Amino acid sequence: MSIYTMGIDVGSTSSKCVILKDGQEIVCKSLVASGTGTSGPDRAVAELLEKSGLKKEDMSYILATGYGRNSIDWVDQQMSELSCHARGAYHLFPEVHTVIDIGGQDVKVLQIENGAMVNFQMNDKCAAGTGRFLDVMARVLEVNVSDLAELGAKSTKKIGISSTCTVFAESEVISQLAQGSDKCDIINGIHHSIANRVAGLTHRVGVRDQLVMTGGVAQNSGVVKALEEELGHTILTSPITQYVGALGASLFAYQKALKK
Amino acid sequence: MAETEKTTAAAPAAKPKKEASPATKALRKVVSDVYAAAWTAKEQGRPIGWSSSKFPAEIAETLGLAVVYPENQAAGIAAQHDGERMCQIAEEMGFDADICGYARISLACANGAITTNEGRRVPRPDFVLCCNNICNCMTKWYENIARMNNCPLIMIDVPYNNHVEVDDSYVQYIRGQFDDAIVQLEKISGNKWDEEKFKQVCANANRTAKAWLKVCDYLQYKPAPMSGFDLFNHMADVVTARCKVEAAEAFELLAEELEEHVKNGTSTLPFPEQYRVMFEGIPCWPDLKALFKPLKGNGVNVTAVVYAPAFGFVYDDMDSLCRAYCKAPNSVCIEQGVDWREGICRDNKVDGVLVHYNRSCKPWSGYMAEMQRRFTKDLGVPCAGFDGDQADPRNFNAAQYETRVQGLVEAMEQNKLAKEAKAQ
Ligand code: SF4
Repeated sequence: MSIYTMGIDVGSTSSKCVILKDGQEIVCKSLVASGTGTSGPDRAVAELLEKSGLKKEDMSYILATGYGRNSIDWVDQQMSELSCHARGAYHLFPEVHTVIDIGGQDVKVLQIENGAMVNFQMNDKCAAGTGRFLDVMARVLEVNVSDLAELGAKSTKKIGISSTCTVFAESEVISQLAQGSDKCDIINGIHHSIANRVAGLTHRVGVRDQLVMTGGVAQNSGVVKALEEELGHTILTSPITQYVGALGASLFAYQKALKK
Repeated sequence: MAETEKTTAAAPAAKPKKEASPATKALRKVVSDVYAAAWTAKEQGRPIGWSSSKFPAEIAETLGLAVVYPENQAAGIAAQHDGERMCQIAEEMGFDADICGYARISLACANGAITTNEGRRVPRPDFVLCCNNICNCMTKWYENIARMNNCPLIMIDVPYNNHVEVDDSYVQYIRGQFDDAIVQLEKISGNKWDEEKFKQVCANANRTAKAWLKVCDYLQYKPAPMSGFDLFNHMADVVTARCKVEAAEAFELLAEELEEHVKNGTSTLPFPEQYRVMFEGIPCWPDLKALFKPLKGNGVNVTAVVYAPAFGFVYDDMDSLCRAYCKAPNSVCIEQGVDWREGICRDNKVDGVLVHYNRSCKPWSGYMAEMQRRFTKDLGVPCAGFDGDQADPRNFNAAQYETRVQGLVEAMEQNKLAKEAKAQ
């Protein structure tokens, strides 16, 4: 009989779920763009179960991760998103040694040895360099976050945007707009601003091949490219980058299910 | 396993508060007596001083002067949740919110603001003693206290030492200042310097230091008979009363209690010890509960803090006293700082390091990124850092902290498993 496990990643801005069959095959995944403290996690689970045709009772083990992991109390276990991102990335890229995860409100850099996280660094309190930074900037620029990569790629001129504070950077962007700077150049500057900050954190852990980027911001090729330039290192991403945390959670859940 | 299992996550029923042990009570009394003595001196018309924590207390003690310690006072105020209000008062006076929280609290007090923590109220100073071996923020902070209260300031400048050894020229430079401080304090106290009394005071301080080190060393036992967090509380005695025989006696009593615990296989730690960490930096006094919660939840005991080696000095004359006061946590070079910490991490067998990036304390936090790198490389243990503040709760976020602790625990667990696999 097959073993099904579920991983739920309750982030600050979105909720992601994955059902895994026998610790290998992703049967189904779901994503709702609302995170902890909202109906997002419940809706993501409901959507997942509906799409897969499976029931909660079919799951051998359910594990929650992410910023809001402790807000769902009906699961079997909670684990930090640090370990889950490490585990998910290792599943997708068995040669991984460094993981950069840019989430909604934090940035993590993980050092991986044989698939296990042995050390990590996270951002300080400031939201500069996180997904929230991009959200704020997109709003000021009146563009969709999902269009940032494409627009930034059209940049022809380098514009420096501060990386020390989201609020400062926002006012810099506003003054650039007032001066008539091209939006594409500003966006490219924003990508480099994030990359600059994240690179500093990455160097603290050290870069070792393979370097994998996970989390929603990895979908933005502008940030990935800027970070590759800052680090002088190739970065690998997965098409299911947003689900890596949930995938890791479902993999840990599988390990637990086997021990049950 | 490290993570929070549903089966083990249930909160234990609230237990009635345990009565403090005789040693803990004695240690608390020693500190209360220091504050009480200041009020008595004021009532009797004797001068009282405000002193930085690593000013040579031996001098004022020899001259029989009553002295209180603003850093200890600020920590007490912060722990009793009056830090934010006092910081805001200082900010309204014009002091920037980026200045050390201890300094802001103290400057509010220096200007006459009254704290809600009655046990930490102090009379206004008649003289101020500052030794900047702690940090350079001290210099301006104490200058401001003196100016606000229109009283003399005795400043001892201890240069940052970029060598492990203390050069003779440093000793001469500091000795000159110690001698001058004695002359000034003779005038303030109206008492003459008494070499015999000085020897006795030094003997007391050495006895306190030895007992303090002995207490700290009990954290080497596995499992430890106490929480290293207790040392942060007991630091109050080292800061405010190291020259008093009562402090030495109270620490000796504590060492006896710990010895008993070791013999009986018991501990004052309120949970079973699964992991051992070094806690780096000053705790977030206003958020001690939040600080302790995930540590308790994951069985993490703090078994190493840098205060142990940094305050356990023993000396025998004025020159070696000068040398001792060169060695404060932020006035020594990074090699010395790493050496202290790695030594204690090895001796006290830690599995990881938890670093407080303290928004108040720039000197201490600034070098931690490099130290963290060295700990991981030299000791092979994971480190996690979190943002917080020793006195201003506005700079601490409990949810962020919990994730970092959980991450550290998971990394320690992985490390353990990897080491076990290697050993097999
Ligand atoms: S906490 Fe840091 S900045 Fe504040 S007085 Fe102490 S050493 Fe100086």
